[in-house]
Amino acid sequence: MSEMVLLGDEAVALGAVHAGLTAAYAYPGTPSTEIVEYLIRYQRMHGGPRAQWCANEKTAYEAALGVSFAGRRTMVAMKHVGLNVAADPFMNSALVHINGGLVVAVADDPGMHSSQNEQDSRYFADFARVVCFEPASHQEAYEMTREAFDASERFHIPVVIRLVTRLAHSRGIVQTRETRPENPPQKDTTRASWILLPANARRQWRALLDRTDDIRRYVAASAHHRLEDAPGSVGVITTGLARNYFVENAPDLPAPLPHLHIGAYPFPVETIRAFVATLSRVLILEEGYPFVERALRGIVPPPFAIEGRESGHVPADGELNPDIVRASLGLPARAGVKLDGLRLPNRPPQLCAGCPHGDSFQSITSVLASFSDAIVTSDIGCYTLGALPPYDAIDTCVCMGASVGMAKGASDAGYHPVVAVIGDSTFLHSGITPLLDAVASDTPMTLLILDNKTVGMTGGQPTIRRSSELEGVVRGLGINPDHLHVVEAHPRHTAENTEILRREVNHRGLSVIIAVRECIETVKRGKQEQSAASAQGTSV
Amino acid sequence: MTFDIILAGVGGQGVLSVSSIIASSAMKEGLAVKQSEVHGMSQRGGEVLANLRIADHPIASDLIPRGSAALLLSMEPLESLRYLDYLAPGGTLLTATDPVVNIADYPPIDDVLAQVRRLPHAVLVDAEALARQAGSARATNMVIVGAASSLLPVTFETIEYFVRTLFAAKGEKVVETNLKALHAGRAATAPR
Repeated sequence: MSEMVLLGDEAVALGAVHAGLTAAYAYPGTPSTEIVEYLIRYQRMHGGPRAQWCANEKTAYEAALGVSFAGRRTMVAMKHVGLNVAADPFMNSALVHINGGLVVAVADDPGMHSSQNEQDSRYFADFARVVCFEPASHQEAYEMTREAFDASERFHIPVVIRLVTRLAHSRGIVQTRETRPENPPQKDTTRASWILLPANARRQWRALLDRTDDIRRYVAASAHHRLEDAPGSVGVITTGLARNYFVENAPDLPAPLPHLHIGAYPFPVETIRAFVATLSRVLILEEGYPFVERALRGIVPPPFAIEGRESGHVPADGELNPDIVRASLGLPARAGVKLDGLRLPNRPPQLCAGCPHGDSFQSITSVLASFSDAIVTSDIGCYTLGALPPYDAIDTCVCMGASVGMAKGASDAGYHPVVAVIGDSTFLHSGITPLLDAVASDTPMTLLILDNKTVGMTGGQPTIRRSSELEGVVRGLGINPDHLHVVEAHPRHTAENTEILRREVNHRGLSVIIAVRECIETVKRGKQEQSAASAQGTSV
Repeated sequence: MTFDIILAGVGGQGVLSVSSIIASSAMKEGLAVKQSEVHGMSQRGGEVLANLRIADHPIASDLIPRGSAALLLSMEPLESLRYLDYLAPGGTLLTATDPVVNIADYPPIDDVLAQVRRLPHAVLVDAEALARQAGSARATNMVIVGAASSLLPVTFETIEYFVRTLFAAKGEKVVETNLKALHAGRAATAPR
């Protein structure tokens, strides 16, 4: 046993290693990225377990499913919206007979620090009828991950670990335990339980429903629920990090409140029923949507008062913090120091000075200036910042790959010109299939692939294929080679690149321009690593 | 004892390194620590906020409540003012004076610095100049660590140890520059 300082993400990663992990897969996404980043470093140092980036969350999930089918323990990690991409394998994997433990580590982003929504993954776990653990500390993140593998193998279902930004990206101390050996490869041999033909799927679904009571009993007995009793008719139920914010404020309460913390789902109905039996009012503090609050309305009849995000006693949106919880407990706000007079301008994130995307946006803006109206669809990545001044260059950003399909739709709707802007990694993640649709109809639109040779926004992970292979990928989709260009996104080429873009925008058919230049952050890092290596007298 | 620190700056200024050095030092000295950071989109050239909590007892929340921070440590003067709400009434604001002007509506720097000086416990440090004297403007964040060191509940020797550790992989020259910057910061705020 030893003590380590880890990010919440890293605590999950190490918990998986110590639970006998054989392979982990992911696509980078804030705030989940550091789970597999840690595992990749771990693999480099220790020779295993296998840890890999994948083309997207769906392919990552399916690789993990294969490991599980083969009898070994596996983890797939993603951000909350990544689970939408992986929803197909996720929902269906609840019906197969999970063999080697399969743990789905999902990091939600309440408050949308780096995301386009704040969806709550507990609903997805509930939707699939699987177990979900919700850690409130680094130690719990480690322990719950280990337990999740056991639960997965015990009930033959995938098990979800739900993290939120403030745990994923905060550092704390973890006491580690012994490492369990990996499972030997042994494929699942239960009767056709991995062949979801309707007849089998019906049987598997029935079997999952039949296990529900066992699953509920298992979760209800979990040591991660905690009851702290106190006299009084007003109680508090917390989940996840809300417990910490409640505990932070508790010393200021006039008297201790009865407090039940829920650490895993499906939540323990009887425990909650018993907890509220002597109360007349309960405040529910949960990070994310009013998941427990809503369910409780169906369990405890009026006039019992259930207060939470849905009732308006806690803000319906955004992440919790000690001050929001303080207000919902009826405690007076704490005062800080006041600013007198000066108006503080916001400092939004922006493209780095010298970013290659800036050169591409300059070309787009100058070409489209000659049209009275145009549509520029964009996508998820650093280049979404093209929405802000000085560029103001894009109209949309919805989900991974949407720029391509939306450009086709906007063109079908009669708009011209339509330009789609997508990064190299996002294109490989979800842009190829919609481009096939556009190829099939030779849609009058221009796709600009901003190839910075990295997954930039999440910190510069490698893309799934090298930049030099991108042209071949696009060509292979069947695009007319006369309208496929590879250019260098550099100020010294901006004039000629602009002319190519102008020509293609005026072409009444599909065109693709790949604008290549490495992200300046990864260039810088490469140089630093090189100079550090030479300072150490080693070669890279 | 609870010692909450709000760390502020602009993406790329090395706020997280500052947080990491202080956190490691506190842990080495047997204190409880919680450290919360921002990654991803919120980091790109925009405002950066990190929470660092140090205590001699277990800490519940990763986030610092309003009005609780003993120290607001900022790499940039405008950013130092953004989180005043978190500063305890008797807390200290320590900021570098060098502005990062990457927005069109940055107020006149004299107004910003005047605002900082009006606060009851404000410490201003010419961090970038001191870092240049130490050998590199990139060591500005270490000047700030040094300047704050006498206020922190950890010994200066432990901080030195972790500065050394953090930069060890980059070679002895980088280590020396950052240690020099650390000492320059400490000297700049030493009681005279």
